[in-house]
Amino acid sequence: MTSSAFPARTSGRRFHFLFNRAWQALWVLPLPAWLLLFFAVPLGLLVAISFWSVVNYRLTPDATLSAWRYVLGLDFLWASFWRSYGLSMASAVAISLLAFPASYAMAFVAAPRQRLILLGFAIAPFFTSYLVRIYSWQVFLTEGGVISSVVQALGGKGESLLNTYFALFLGHATLALPVVLILQTIALANVDRTGISAAANLGARPGAILFRIILPAARPGLTLGLLFAFLLSYAEFVSASYLGGGTFQTLPILVTDLVRAGQQWPRAAVVSLLMIASLLVTAFVTVLWAYREKG
Amino acid sequence: MPPHLKHALPKAFWIAGLALVFLLLYAPILSAVLFSFSADRFPSLSMSGFSTKWYAQVLTDRAMLEALSNSLTVAGITALIATALGFAAAYADYRFRFVGQKAVLALALLPPTVPLVILGLAMLAFFSRIGIAGTLAAVVAAHVVIAAPFAMAVCRLRLAQLDETLETAAQNLGALPHSALARIVLPHTLPAILAAFLITFAVSFDEYVISWFTGGLNQTIPVAVLTTLQGQVDPTIHVIGTLSFSVTLTLVLIALAVVLRQSGGAMSKEETS
Repeated sequence: MTSSAFPARTSGRRFHFLFNRAWQALWVLPLPAWLLLFFAVPLGLLVAISFWSVVNYRLTPDATLSAWRYVLGLDFLWASFWRSYGLSMASAVAISLLAFPASYAMAFVAAPRQRLILLGFAIAPFFTSYLVRIYSWQVFLTEGGVISSVVQALGGKGESLLNTYFALFLGHATLALPVVLILQTIALANVDRTGISAAANLGARPGAILFRIILPAARPGLTLGLLFAFLLSYAEFVSASYLGGGTFQTLPILVTDLVRAGQQWPRAAVVSLLMIASLLVTAFVTVLWAYREKG
Repeated sequence: MPPHLKHALPKAFWIAGLALVFLLLYAPILSAVLFSFSADRFPSLSMSGFSTKWYAQVLTDRAMLEALSNSLTVAGITALIATALGFAAAYADYRFRFVGQKAVLALALLPPTVPLVILGLAMLAFFSRIGIAGTLAAVVAAHVVIAAPFAMAVCRLRLAQLDETLETAAQNLGALPHSALARIVLPHTLPAILAAFLITFAVSFDEYVISWFTGGLNQTIPVAVLTTLQGQVDPTIHVIGTLSFSVTLTLVLIALAVVLRQSGGAMSKEETS
């Protein structure tokens, strides 16, 4: 502790020292304590449960690797894993590309005040009922729904778009777009303007400024946007269920099925830990890449 | 915009991109609002007429009103606790240097990166062991975990704009730590605290995965929607959506107006350079 300037008199030095310590602890401790109890301990318990066994449908503390052996030996699990991972990564790339022109417009075309208002409206949907928005997309995508009616009116077939990758992507984008927009816009708005002006003064063409000045400078923020889109899509199970129609068996669906159907807690715990491990590795590699030195 | 920046593609391209994204973001919301007033059971563009009968149905549905009451209770208590914890953590990070500061910060930022389905599972396992699974208290305890990081981020952003020496100066002039906090830090941070309260309220009000795992028979509105989604086409979802959009959009837009007004200058270098 170095910062307090509580007025200490010689006689009361020790009291003041203790008072300052207690005062500091009052602010430092509450959140970590809450998170340790209700976040770290439950996750630790999940790790422990992965080594427990199920006896007569009851979860029993144990130290067995049987759930790990069983789950990691399932071809079906690995198929789900790679499907989940691939679909989420594809969504993340597509969402980042889709968001980029919008972020660029907010960062460079809009005036600062307009940008703040646009950002406000871009992020607001993130906090509103995701489930209802997914239900709305069903209304758009289903046969006889909004999109197929429009396509039919234009002379097309107007088939249902549900249970397609496009539907799944829409679900992922509905969740992740606001976050990607805000991260990309902040990254672009913070690109050093003098560098851009200098390049322009030296005769750099607009394309060169975009690819050689703006994009490299904004890379950490753009990459973080991609990472968050991946994290959100990878963990999401409502789109896969209600827009993908169960065609895409993803890991979060597997986790909920294991718990609901068979009380297979140890196996669900193993799948969960596998998900967390793959998320951490992906996040680590991505952050390392985002902040690596040029060259 | 820097005077020399000529865009690589025409301005219209970037604006069209912006319009497309906003269309994607708001189309499902507008659709829910529109169809909530449809007289038909099945939502389609050839609406037979406008009606408020689905609103009447939702507002007289006892189960739904109970879910609403649960949602408001959980979100209100969650917002209070999460904002208090978030502010405390933000103030601690701003004001003190202590052992493990980075670890505390990392721990505080972790919850939003762990998939909710896994958190829900882990929390259900934990709450069952301590005997509170299936209660609203369990839902609150869990919601605070995912909401507090938002509160901390919002308060920390605001505190970053407060001159660190002001509080020390006040204490050197004889102010006790709590009076310096009350007279300098709190008034400065108050708008962010309000914004944090609104945002954490919205986070909790809309959360469904963890509530579904840990709430047992105590359904919140999103859990009721999730349960309805698993059944047949139900126009009342549009009504619930419209009502909850109105609540959360209003809260979030007020919060954002407060936050953006303060941090706008800090967000971009162009205003300062």
